[in-house]
Amino acid sequence: MREVPDLIACEECDAVYRRSPLGRSEIALCCRCGAELERDRRAQRSRVLPLAVAGLCMYIIANVFPLLELESRGGLVSQATLMGSVHSLNTEGMLLVAFLVLATTILFPLIQLLALIYLLTFPIRFRRFGNPTAFNLTGRLIQILRPWVMVEIFLLGVIVAFVKLTSMATVLPGVALWACGALAFLLTAVFSFNPRCIYISRRAYKKKGE
Amino acid sequence: MPGNRTVQPTSQPSQSLESELPVTGLPVKTAARLGMVACPHCATLWEHVKARDRCGRCGAELHMRKPDSLNRTWALLIAACIMYVPANILPVMTTVPFLGKEQQDTIMSGIIYFWNSGSWALALIVFTASFLVPLFKLAVVTLLLISVQGHSKRRLLLRARLYRLVAVIGRWSMLDVFVVTLMTGLIQIQGFATVHPGAGIAAFAAVVVLTMLASISFDPRLIWDVTEHEPGKPA
Repeated sequence: MREVPDLIACEECDAVYRRSPLGRSEIALCCRCGAELERDRRAQRSRVLPLAVAGLCMYIIANVFPLLELESRGGLVSQATLMGSVHSLNTEGMLLVAFLVLATTILFPLIQLLALIYLLTFPIRFRRFGNPTAFNLTGRLIQILRPWVMVEIFLLGVIVAFVKLTSMATVLPGVALWACGALAFLLTAVFSFNPRCIYISRRAYKKKGE
Repeated sequence: MPGNRTVQPTSQPSQSLESELPVTGLPVKTAARLGMVACPHCATLWEHVKARDRCGRCGAELHMRKPDSLNRTWALLIAACIMYVPANILPVMTTVPFLGKEQQDTIMSGIIYFWNSGSWALALIVFTASFLVPLFKLAVVTLLLISVQGHSKRRLLLRARLYRLVAVIGRWSMLDVFVVTLMTGLIQIQGFATVHPGAGIAAFAAVVVLTMLASISFDPRLIWDVTEHEPGKPA
């Protein structure tokens, strides 16, 4: 088995191209199927770590405070947090659906953010690669979980539920709703980071050390 | 080298302009024909790969194509089609008010409710996310599977684009699952109303997850494999 470093293959149609150095924020597209081959992310790279930390803060707020507050005409008040909604779904006998919601809106975003912060601090900042297996698995985990992080869809769901409820009672948006919105934006920005570039920087580092 | 900003003005096929449209039928060499395998995670190309080899850079398993792609996608697709029926027939949510009759909502009746109550923008969003997108996904994945198995050479670029679209929009069908979760969590007030989730939402969630898994397990490179010369024919 031998590495072919100067070629790149399109992930969607298998066409092979010669790698050419990209300029600032340039994107290389496959000329057969139009899929993205490579994207220059040097401009975003320094921004990803602070954005991920900010995302973690927003994540905590979004999970601790209520998302929506409901006040019925009789003066009865009800609040819903993210965790509380999942819990009441579980008590209604919808264990699997509750688990799906728990995973896509609570567990996976947290894992994603923590994994990103780990990758961006130890291997990149401190040049400490440590155990290569843990490093590789974290990089792969980020890529596998990416489609299953659904904070932005959840946000749209909150808006739909909000409108649905306004006909029944007075609904007030909670602090967590704004935090949730911020988190959705931050996650989108953070996801512009591709763990692939770590492998490349790691190789460059190894070469320098030799 | 962060200072390297120039793009070499050579006639390399990789284009840096987004405005330039891709051209079908362009003679390209595929990794498969060159005997190379790309790592699915870090995109490194490898030569002389043997079965069960792992990527030397990130440790992912190397395969020429996603293993058993067509069979797995068919299985997930058929399961999704079966779940699609109860997802649309069974109620997703039951509202029990303190006074008055309990009300059962299916996916469609929720959309009609929005339309009738005047919030037609929201009705359109929910209609797209919970009705059009799942149906579109089932149709497109079926079409892709049948055309790949029939070695169809027609509309390759269109099919590649449809696959990309399905992979991107598929997640948005989860919208209704989240709405029901929130309604259940919020309306549990004794003396006012309670909301119970119905069996329909579990079936609907299953449709979304199964179709997402189906589009992940489908290998779009199979669409383009028909353009390669078949073994019996002269190159």
